[in-house]
Amino acid sequence: MSALLRIEDLHMEGRRPTGEWMPIVRGVSLEARRGEVLALIGESGAGKSTIALSSLAYARPGCRFTGGEVLFDGTPVLDLSLEQKREMRGRRVAYIAQSAAAAFNVAHTLAAQITEGPAVHGTMPQAEADTQMVDLARRMRLPEPERIGRKYPHQVSGGQLQRLLAVMAMSCGPDLLVFDEPTTAIDVTTQVEVLAAFKDVIRESGAAALYVTHDLAVVAQMADRIIVLYGGEIMEQGGTDQILHEPRHDYTRQLMAAVRPPPRASGSGADLESSAQPPVLSLQGIDAGYGGVKGGKPGVQILFDVDVDIPRGQAVGVIGESGCGKSTMARVISGLTPSFEGEVRLDGKTLPPDVKHRDKKDLQRVQLVLQMPDVSFNPKKLVAQALGRPLEFYLGMTGAERDRRVGELLNMVELPADYAGRFPHELSGGEKQRVNLARALAAEPDVILCDEVTSALDTVVGAAIIKLLESLQERLDTAFVFISHDLSTVASFANRIVVLYAGRVAEQGPTRRILSPPYHPYTRLLLSSVPEMRTGWLEDHRATREAEQAMADVVNIGLTGCPFHTRCPLMIPGTCDVKRPPVHRLEEDHRIACHREIGELQEAPGVHG
Amino acid sequence: MSPAPGATAAPVRREFRFPPLGVYGYVCIAVLLFWLFAALFAPYIAPHTESAIVTGTSFAPIGDEGLLLGSDYLGRDLASRLIYGARTTLTLALVATILAFVLGVVTGFIAGIAGGWTDSVISRVVDAFISFPTIMLALLIVSIFGTSLAALVCAIGFIEATRVFRISRALAVNTMTQDFVEVARARGESLWWILWNEVFPNAFVPLSTDFGLRYTFSILLLSALSFLGLGVQPPYADWGSMVKDNMTGIFVGAAAVLLPALAIFTVTLSINFLVDWNLARAQKDISDELVK
Repeated sequence: MSALLRIEDLHMEGRRPTGEWMPIVRGVSLEARRGEVLALIGESGAGKSTIALSSLAYARPGCRFTGGEVLFDGTPVLDLSLEQKREMRGRRVAYIAQSAAAAFNVAHTLAAQITEGPAVHGTMPQAEADTQMVDLARRMRLPEPERIGRKYPHQVSGGQLQRLLAVMAMSCGPDLLVFDEPTTAIDVTTQVEVLAAFKDVIRESGAAALYVTHDLAVVAQMADRIIVLYGGEIMEQGGTDQILHEPRHDYTRQLMAAVRPPPRASGSGADLESSAQPPVLSLQGIDAGYGGVKGGKPGVQILFDVDVDIPRGQAVGVIGESGCGKSTMARVISGLTPSFEGEVRLDGKTLPPDVKHRDKKDLQRVQLVLQMPDVSFNPKKLVAQALGRPLEFYLGMTGAERDRRVGELLNMVELPADYAGRFPHELSGGEKQRVNLARALAAEPDVILCDEVTSALDTVVGAAIIKLLESLQERLDTAFVFISHDLSTVASFANRIVVLYAGRVAEQGPTRRILSPPYHPYTRLLLSSVPEMRTGWLEDHRATREAEQAMADVVNIGLTGCPFHTRCPLMIPGTCDVKRPPVHRLEEDHRIACHREIGELQEAPGVHG
Repeated sequence: MSPAPGATAAPVRREFRFPPLGVYGYVCIAVLLFWLFAALFAPYIAPHTESAIVTGTSFAPIGDEGLLLGSDYLGRDLASRLIYGARTTLTLALVATILAFVLGVVTGFIAGIAGGWTDSVISRVVDAFISFPTIMLALLIVSIFGTSLAALVCAIGFIEATRVFRISRALAVNTMTQDFVEVARARGESLWWILWNEVFPNAFVPLSTDFGLRYTFSILLLSALSFLGLGVQPPYADWGSMVKDNMTGIFVGAAAVLLPALAIFTVTLSINFLVDWNLARAQKDISDELVK
């Protein structure tokens, strides 16, 4: 079969801030055929999205085509007039963006936006477009396909919105679908559903698809062929199995090495002697939230009765989906969001809930590292000033002593000492995150709270940060609270794991106990939702009953009963939806909050291995 | 576009280049330097004092009786009055603008940082004042407190402060939600430290831009008040009152009306142009950082 899309020796340039143009795509050639999913993988800056967008004859602002040919169905599209390009875009080539939330206009109903394409292109009358939307929504397995179009974007969940974006893309019956990191912004349990829906649609429509992602496990599920990009050039291309299992190029191997294996109970992680001694930090019955306090409760309650102990010198992973209260927990510990119920204890001493009332010595002992490296630094201040301030503030260091210590701290995070003289914008994302860590280390704390510190970074860079954290944790007697939505990352280096769901602790315990039965039903869903690096995993996963059940509903917060009951395959009607679950306490301080008996939680269907 | 991982960031550059100003820019600078010079050295360069009546002829034409720009309605030297007028107008407006910034920035930052009730109370009071047309409010204040120079400066300073307040508050609120401020709060820094070290450096460029604009607004407001007869009082010369006093001369085509008006026009236009240029420069810096 001849290629639907053929890109020949494509060259593109991007403009630097100084004004000169530099090549960002250098001589890329590829072909995409009908019924085939071609994945473009690589890190940010590799040119994945730029190349994918060239199939719509589109260059982002600050980019331009400088050579080569893009042939769509035999037509060279780069030379088309804007009018002709418009005719092609949306109708024959459709684009599915990373952030569905940003792709929908919040002021219009979903149906109005989804059926706009057929109306603009005149492919079908409105009534027909409406029927087709319902049909597509059903195929995407969206709840209430007849009624969902009447909703506004904020009334559906992120995973549903992403699927609706695909419905919109499909509405004109395109020949080529361009997916640009479509599941990067959504939670792992939702991702499975979205991927499965995408796969069905691609197969049924017989369209060709370009799939841009940095997530190799996702690629394994979706792609027929893979192209590995680095610095705007093709490093390697081949069939999915070949690339994933017998990579030939060094760079591909490097990418594979940065992938964390799916979490498994290896038993290697934790030595648990310290769980006997009193924890350095402990949360007891924490209730917290935002908004004005009325009648002892805040407007929006985020955390419900959270009990967590952080043993000295250990790494504790906190995991859960977005909105489950992970970050709020970090903010409660640091006092930025005062809890209104419960206690935060540091070495047995109760801390005032609000940071304003804590004394310097206590503040020094708990340090916070935030998620976004780009906004974690005052852009007007040098690295030396950012690192120097905690030294001066907590330890009273000044002058040469402080400067020397700044150099040492930079070396601790594996950066050269002369980085002290740089401004934050002169550092790359990974370097900023290292300085961010150094700033926390400067205070010589007992506990460092890391809030999603790798989620804004590329896989390879993120893996390097995790490695650094591991080595720091081995050398220092500092406890790390590592907050993440990525179970693989957490499991790879945490001694203990806390699983949060809808603001409540579902399960907590030593890592290897969390990763082996008995499981909390939610933990089991999480574990089984992490894609594996093998083709066919998605199909296997979908056969399990967790998957069937879990997609049913959105997350409920603050209901009576167990918050997970609407998605739980082991739900006991009349109990789980009414009563708060009891906490089973097992050995090694392993706690599971569930109405089911431990014996019933032992079996582990659907979990790999 | 973020740099490829593994690669180190771009080498450190510290050179500073002004973007090209263009011909208009240099003209604007020349105009401002001219008036600045006039204002600073008025007693040395003006041929006569500002109140001396030097000729019996009202509205003497340009060059007549040895008067460079002719005379005004009382037979005073127009050139001298324009020079002294520069001094009065530019100084009063400058003092008023500084006052506006001290008042506006301090209250704005306090409201933006403190939030909650403090913010609500200050903001609503400011809203109330902002809802008056400026000139009405100015007339009201001046009619209560009189037309002494101090009262004028305070009135203009107060009115402009309400505008400065809004910008300062917005800047403070924006900066306060940044992660680096969260980090400082978690570190236990005092609000004053955060204000001075985190908020102020980031608010400086927008505030300095606004300073230029406020200054032109102050000049215009002062001139408008003088034009209405409630501004600078005789015998002091200021551009606004000069326009008003010489209004009758418009029928004989006297320079005495047009020249002060032209002076106001050139000064405000020049400042505005330079402010725009400075803003474009600052935005270029910011966008450079973003692009990087």
